[in-house]
Amino acid sequence: MKATLNPKLFDTDVEQAPIRAGFGEGLVLAGRADERVVGLCCDLTESTKMDAFAKEFPKRFFEMGIMEQSSASVASGMAAMGKIPFVSSYAMFSPGRSWEQIRTTICYNDRPVKIVGSHAGVSVGPDGGTHQAIEDIALTRVLPNMVVITPCDSIEARKATIAMAKTNSPTYIRLAREKTPIVTTEDTPFEIGKAQEFFRPATVPIKVGIIACGSLVYNALMAAKQLEGEGTGTMVLNIGTIKPLDREAVIALAKECGAIVTVEEHQVAGGMGSAVAEVLSAEHPTKMAFIGVHDKFGQSGTPTELIEHYGMGISHIKEAVKKLL
Amino acid sequence: MTHLHDEKTKFLEEKALEIRKSIIEALVEAKSGHTAGPLGMTDIFTAFYFHILKHDPKNPTWEERDRVVLSNGHICPVLYATMAHAGYFPVEELKTLRKFGSRLQGHPHREYLSMLETSSGPLGQGLSQAVGMALVDRLDRGQNSNRTIYCFLGDGELNEGQNWEAMLLAGKEKLHNLVAIVDRNNIQIDGYTENIMPLEPLADKFASFGWHVLEIDGHNMASIVDAVDEARAIFEKPSIIIAHTIPGKGVEMFENDYKWHGNPPNKEQGANAMAELRTLGGQIASEHE
Repeated sequence: MKATLNPKLFDTDVEQAPIRAGFGEGLVLAGRADERVVGLCCDLTESTKMDAFAKEFPKRFFEMGIMEQSSASVASGMAAMGKIPFVSSYAMFSPGRSWEQIRTTICYNDRPVKIVGSHAGVSVGPDGGTHQAIEDIALTRVLPNMVVITPCDSIEARKATIAMAKTNSPTYIRLAREKTPIVTTEDTPFEIGKAQEFFRPATVPIKVGIIACGSLVYNALMAAKQLEGEGTGTMVLNIGTIKPLDREAVIALAKECGAIVTVEEHQVAGGMGSAVAEVLSAEHPTKMAFIGVHDKFGQSGTPTELIEHYGMGISHIKEAVKKLL
Repeated sequence: MTHLHDEKTKFLEEKALEIRKSIIEALVEAKSGHTAGPLGMTDIFTAFYFHILKHDPKNPTWEERDRVVLSNGHICPVLYATMAHAGYFPVEELKTLRKFGSRLQGHPHREYLSMLETSSGPLGQGLSQAVGMALVDRLDRGQNSNRTIYCFLGDGELNEGQNWEAMLLAGKEKLHNLVAIVDRNNIQIDGYTENIMPLEPLADKFASFGWHVLEIDGHNMASIVDAVDEARAIFEKPSIIIAHTIPGKGVEMFENDYKWHGNPPNKEQGANAMAELRTLGGQIASEHE
């Protein structure tokens, strides 16, 4: 799937917005479209951007207090009665703390509960390692029945929220706290389970494929743009849905490019790159490099400092590409 | 629901006896599973499925039905046996308990047995689900809903913190359509509950969370029915019934011994148990030989 992107994407004054804000807008729209949509929040209503929904639909909003484990199961009970519950908290605590409740009462029961994990990744920044969820993709994608979505910007987050409200699947959506560049446009298509080609070099032959998700899609695109200027051709595939993975798109990219770099703000172990490797090692063995956190916890710092420190910056992606040439 | 007259009490007691036999037969056949809890809760499950519940075994998805959440999924032999005797599925199927391909999984799984309201086994998660159901029932039907959400809990599983999260929420929301029943049988796997992790004063704990608390003899049909009647009549709070039960009730060898929490009777023990049940604990001499 080829996508049109923000025409100002590579400008220094590219517009920025938090991915979580797109979720907040999407939930209101989903709530207007379907009265089965209800919201539950664990004492982080403004922070996770559920506040607009709570204001417009006060009866369909449930303040749960700081109880992530019970909230997952309460949502399961609500889904058993026909609702489409969205449960929001920080990704570190939901799915982090509530993982077994999600496994047993949501996924094992196959209930359409939507887990909203905000403040994912090290880019949460100053709060430090306790609050930086870099294990949540692994935790959720390992669960049968679960769908895992990682929007790359606030516009995609809005579309993803609307789309996931219409399915009967347990779903996890991963959001980030900080403002990040707007990559897509209103016209960029979004479909659960479909990857999108976000970059193809116009002037140089393609040597390496970059597969990215979440807020680091921007860094991947910047790396691809700079590499093209330096004579190295790369393609960028946006994996909006990690599970089910768009296997065809991943295999096609590997066939076209011959080498793959995956980019995610998550532990390399068990994350999106692992999911890609599982497909490629079986279907089309391809040399790979993995950009992500390598078996470390996060720490306090600015988002940029931390992205650089843990090796997920634009220069790191370029280095990884060059090593594969 | 009406108070029990003598004939109905006798009917329920006889039905409970049949269900206890089915539980033992199923456990002997399965060669694994839990004995004490299911036998201890048989009278309560019988009272529910044959008198208290608004349900339709021929139409398990009837919207107007009461909801039953079994939180301590390991006592599912009593759930399965009672549902089978109530007409949800053939009694014969109980012999497939815990076997490959069976709808009767070792712990309940609604993907296999779709008439279940939920899957369970990992402890401490049922009450939260029941709270979710009760919240939606009130959201959709208002205060005058005629559906009741029932949740069965073990006492040992009250060690799990999630129960107390759910207790807080139900108290906050004043969920009068929610009735929890605790199997207060005083045992868990490693021993007696008050030695493992003391729960008392249990009634005071529940009351302090904003619940209406009742305590009953969990083997007395009239007490069971009256307690649920009272719980349903309480309009401002969720209710919890602490049902004092004898684990392994009905078979002397199993009664009150925590070692029977997670073990099944072997063939010989099963045969002895069946004889004891048939003779109503030795009251009928002719069965003794």
